[in-house]
Amino acid sequence: MNEAWRYFLLFFGASLVANILLIRFIALCPFFGVSTRLETSLGMSISVIFVMTMATSVSWIAWNWVLKPLGVGEFLYIPSFILIIASLVQFVEMVIKKTSPPLYRAMGIYLPLITTNCAVLAAATESVKPGFFTKLNITYNYGFPEALVYTIGIAVGFSLVLILFAAMRERLELAPVPKFFRGVPIAFITAALFSLAFMGFAGMFNL
Amino acid sequence: MEANKFVVSTSPHVRDPISTRWIMCQVIIALTPVTVYSMAIHGIHGFYVLISSVAGALMGELAVQKGRKLPVTLGDCSAALTGLLLALTLPPRVPWWIALVAGLVATVLGKQIFGGLGHNLFNPALVGRAVVFVSWAAHMTAGYAKSARIGIANTATHRLIQKALADAASGASPLAAMKIVYDPSLSYTGPAGVPKLQASTYYKPLLLANPWGCLGEVSALLLILGGIYLVITRIVDWRIPVVYVGTVAALTALTGRDPLFYTLAGGLLIGAIFMATDYTTSPLAPRGRVVYALGLGLVTWLLRFWSNNPEGVMFAILFMNGLVPIIDRYMLPRPYGKRGAEEAGKP
Repeated sequence: MNEAWRYFLLFFGASLVANILLIRFIALCPFFGVSTRLETSLGMSISVIFVMTMATSVSWIAWNWVLKPLGVGEFLYIPSFILIIASLVQFVEMVIKKTSPPLYRAMGIYLPLITTNCAVLAAATESVKPGFFTKLNITYNYGFPEALVYTIGIAVGFSLVLILFAAMRERLELAPVPKFFRGVPIAFITAALFSLAFMGFAGMFNL
Repeated sequence: MEANKFVVSTSPHVRDPISTRWIMCQVIIALTPVTVYSMAIHGIHGFYVLISSVAGALMGELAVQKGRKLPVTLGDCSAALTGLLLALTLPPRVPWWIALVAGLVATVLGKQIFGGLGHNLFNPALVGRAVVFVSWAAHMTAGYAKSARIGIANTATHRLIQKALADAASGASPLAAMKIVYDPSLSYTGPAGVPKLQASTYYKPLLLANPWGCLGEVSALLLILGGIYLVITRIVDWRIPVVYVGTVAALTALTGRDPLFYTLAGGLLIGAIFMATDYTTSPLAPRGRVVYALGLGLVTWLLRFWSNNPEGVMFAILFMNGLVPIIDRYMLPRPYGKRGAEEAGKP
């Protein structure tokens, strides 16, 4: 298989075929939490792409250079990944706050919200630790570039759905939805119907 | 509309006979020839599917509106149209209760739960079809008519590929047959002495009488005539069907396959003319509609050639319905008197 094509498939599979929100239903908390307005979901999307990429890079180094050589990875990977990701993101947040106020205003407030999010941990674990990769039909060797492409794919898939969903919810706010379905219930139903549309991507390119 | 007997609005006050009911009836008129012809080809099975689907849609609408103590709007024909469109996308041999469930889901989950006509985000008929498609996939793919009642298309090559499918219970739709021909992993070459199945074999049956497919796929010609009627009466915007079908044909030709066959086969025409043009679930501005139709064509092409299913129109329309709010937000129609769209389109 052509190497570039394989990377494209990895990205495509992670973002659309196995979309983290609508096919795997991970990270529903920020999905329903910030999708009420388009502006907040845009800020959230940038932050998620940024945090996930950083989290995977650092976790990859921690797993391959520290945890695996020491032989403690099997039972220490969750606490160490969470600790490393959280402290790193907090540190970066402080740096951004001092050096670039506009960037901080754009995504600063979302950084602490997602540092310990399950999707970030899922992306880091799956792309780093052997045996955790999703059931995409593709060869995956746990190298650093692959891990990055896979993680960015997940993050872009997350952002895409979040932004589209926010636009839908803004329209739903004006609709005369039955009283007991207003707000989150109708959002769940809309997500289910949109997930139905994503099921069409199942098995694309034999993924 | 008893609630607001006295409508207060600003001038100009122009009365127009066009109502929801009138528009829905025009679409039903455009669909009548293909429905009648489909009943003639598929017989009593097609009739069962049609009746249960329409009944399901009407029952769903009635139950929700009675339950919420709202005025019952069965008279505007929108629920009946949803049921009819849904029936035309179902295979003729599908059990009647699946059609009924699809009809109920279409109006209840697809429309009424969002607040009724004009507020749904996804095409109700396709929501109903998608739900039963993923719930009873075996019924939905095995429900195609096995043999032709009229023998226009019963050519030797088609019969052979039906045998090659080795599925005794069901026939293959033309798209499914071509998918097998093009699938490199199956490497279907056909029995010795028989030429490889050509897409052009299907031109005539697809246009005039195609028994292998959903109820609404019996004749591309009648669908196109219905579409021309709707464009002339200005019920639908010509941009969406023309750009949608054009994109699919162009991309198909670029892939090196027969564009005419892939335009006529499957649900493309009924989807492009009757479903993608739904007012509520398509963008408002002409520019947005072109973008929407281009996206539809691209996704349909991707799903048809590279996904598990031979057909991708349903999922493509549902997916692009999800993009409509964002398209509308960034491509607003230009208000009369404003100079540029950018000036007006500030969200």
